[in-house]
Amino acid sequence: MTTASSLAIEATGLVKAFGETRAVDGVDLTVRTGSVYGVLGPNGAGKTTVIRMLATLISPDAGTARVLGHDIVDDAHAVRRAVTLTGQLASVDQDLTGRENLILLGRLLGLGRRAAKDRADELLAAFGLSEAAGRLVKHYSGGMRRRLDVAASIVVTPELMFLDEPTTGLDPRSRNQVWSIVRALVAEGTTILLCTQYLEEADQLADGIAVIDNGRVIAEGTPAQLKASVGSAALHVRLLDPEQRPEAERVLRLTLGPVTLEPDPAALSATCPHADRGAEAVAQLARSGVRIAGFSLGQPSLDEVFLALTGHPAEAPPPEQGSSIEEKQAV
Amino acid sequence: MSTDATTQAASTTGSDEAAVRRAISSTPRPPQAGALSAALTFGWRGMLKVKHVPEQLVDVTITPVMLIVLFTYLFGGAIAGSTAEYLDYILPGILVMSVLLTTVYSGIALNTDLTTGVVDRFRSLPVWRPAPLVGSLLGDSVRYLIAGTVIIVLGVIMGYRPAAGAGGMLLALALVVVFAFALSWVFTTIGLVMRSPNAVMMTGFVAIFPLTFLSNVFVDPTTLPGPLEAFVNVNPISTLATASRGLMEGHAVAGDIAVVLAVAAGLTVVFAPLTTRLYGKG
Ligand SMILES: Nc1ncnc2c1ncn2[C@@H]1O[C@H](COP(=O)(O)OP(=O)(O)OP(=O)(O)O)[C@@H](O)[C@H]1O
Ligand SMILES: [Mg+2]
Repeated sequence: MTTASSLAIEATGLVKAFGETRAVDGVDLTVRTGSVYGVLGPNGAGKTTVIRMLATLISPDAGTARVLGHDIVDDAHAVRRAVTLTGQLASVDQDLTGRENLILLGRLLGLGRRAAKDRADELLAAFGLSEAAGRLVKHYSGGMRRRLDVAASIVVTPELMFLDEPTTGLDPRSRNQVWSIVRALVAEGTTILLCTQYLEEADQLADGIAVIDNGRVIAEGTPAQLKASVGSAALHVRLLDPEQRPEAERVLRLTLGPVTLEPDPAALSATCPHADRGAEAVAQLARSGVRIAGFSLGQPSLDEVFLALTGHPAEAPPPEQGSSIEEKQAV
Repeated sequence: MSTDATTQAASTTGSDEAAVRRAISSTPRPPQAGALSAALTFGWRGMLKVKHVPEQLVDVTITPVMLIVLFTYLFGGAIAGSTAEYLDYILPGILVMSVLLTTVYSGIALNTDLTTGVVDRFRSLPVWRPAPLVGSLLGDSVRYLIAGTVIIVLGVIMGYRPAAGAGGMLLALALVVVFAFALSWVFTTIGLVMRSPNAVMMTGFVAIFPLTFLSNVFVDPTTLPGPLEAFVNVNPISTLATASRGLMEGHAVAGDIAVVLAVAAGLTVVFAPLTTRLYGKG
């Protein structure tokens, strides 16, 4: 907000290896102040490691980065003054109440006793946690814990916020709540670096996206550019009468292009780069007398993006769910 | 999340964007917290944990309590001639054991913070770097005092009346707590290199139990075979137990106390910087 530079993050050639694993292998990032930048990648791509370097938790093996104009190695303390981290594991103290967690952070950030309490209550109310304020966090639901985690990150409004997979494991309602909080932050001028595994999340929130895989940026652009480059959005149509499928296939091929006949004898789909072309195709079907039971326009999934960008599917998630916890603590 | 709708309309929807926006825009950045203030805040956190998770204290106190009762009434007569005499002998030693077992918890707590990601948040804050470690010593001291007091009170209930009275008991407790602070740095170091809180607990107990049994806490070493007696005599836990007995009975030897303090200083000088370095590195 106050930095002279219009770049919140400038990273060049960041590298971090853990033993044999090159977790981050030459990442460049440029994030404009006031924007939401999405880092999209599958499990083990190196997202968390990038965030941990930028948030000064670990130092890079090679490369440099400036966050809000401060060097992450030489001027780490200045970086810490201006950023907050909402880690992948909800980084709140499970053995304290929600209110105690927020007071703790308020005091650590320099608020007085009274001010820290008032601030905690204000945030609990804003995040819909007033009733749970006195309960130990270990008894919170996943969504509540995540909201508390985000609240803990804005006890003092940060200039830049690192958000690591904020909605992984949340139900759609909790996910929407977190998204609306992120939008509110952006509206108030906070820059956000968002790591996610979901193209939809990046699409909803981010102005720019970097796709990373095996520690490297493999594509960069706006959500629209990325999806266009993939071009695998598809129009799915279900017919009332399977007999009409050959006719439907002919119409779709003429209006859209290649058509896939699905296993269901009443269903077919066609690649569809734009929603309006899809609408046109549906109208054309109706005009040709094809009776339609339903249709939908599918977004490409992260898997499809990956397939298109790398030629290989996104890595399957590691078998043990707890593995990311284990990795963090090998010091 | 259903009652009390009058106070919080927002609670039914989770959170509302307008209130969040107001909360975000309302804070000017306060001046940075000083080193002492940050450490004290972490100390407050330690105390809150004693309050919210008393089980952990119970876990480490129950064993010494059982041992003192068992040994005194079961073997006391056989080992020392009478249960009262044996209680005089064993109580200071059990006090040592109880407080030292509590130090393992410092490592467990730190490891728990690591595994839950709380450390990441603390380390990303603009505060004096060792503040979380220094602050947790405060919470630790409360636990040591509770663990020690439980044993002393139990002893008094069982009929323990040492010559130096309450003053002697307090001095002994103070010496044990000082040594515990030093030993806790060993366990915070272990807490930072181990994979899980359970692994830390196992390591701690596996180290402390044999060291306490191979000391003069339970039996007079002169009754032991030669090599064992030699080990027991150089075991610092024996010296600590002897010094505590001396303080309680009013015949403490300055040399014993000096050895205890020297070992404590040595542990601190080696392991406090090691812990701080490992913690800073993440
Ligand atoms: N502290 C560590 N010690 C050893 N290896 C690590 C450590 N941290 C990360 N790694 C390894 O580095 C690679 C990248 O990990 P990272 O956590 O950055 O991925 P990610 O993109 O955040 O994945 P996820 O979506 O699962 O969170 C992985 O192969 C991981 O096993
Ligand atoms: Mg991650």
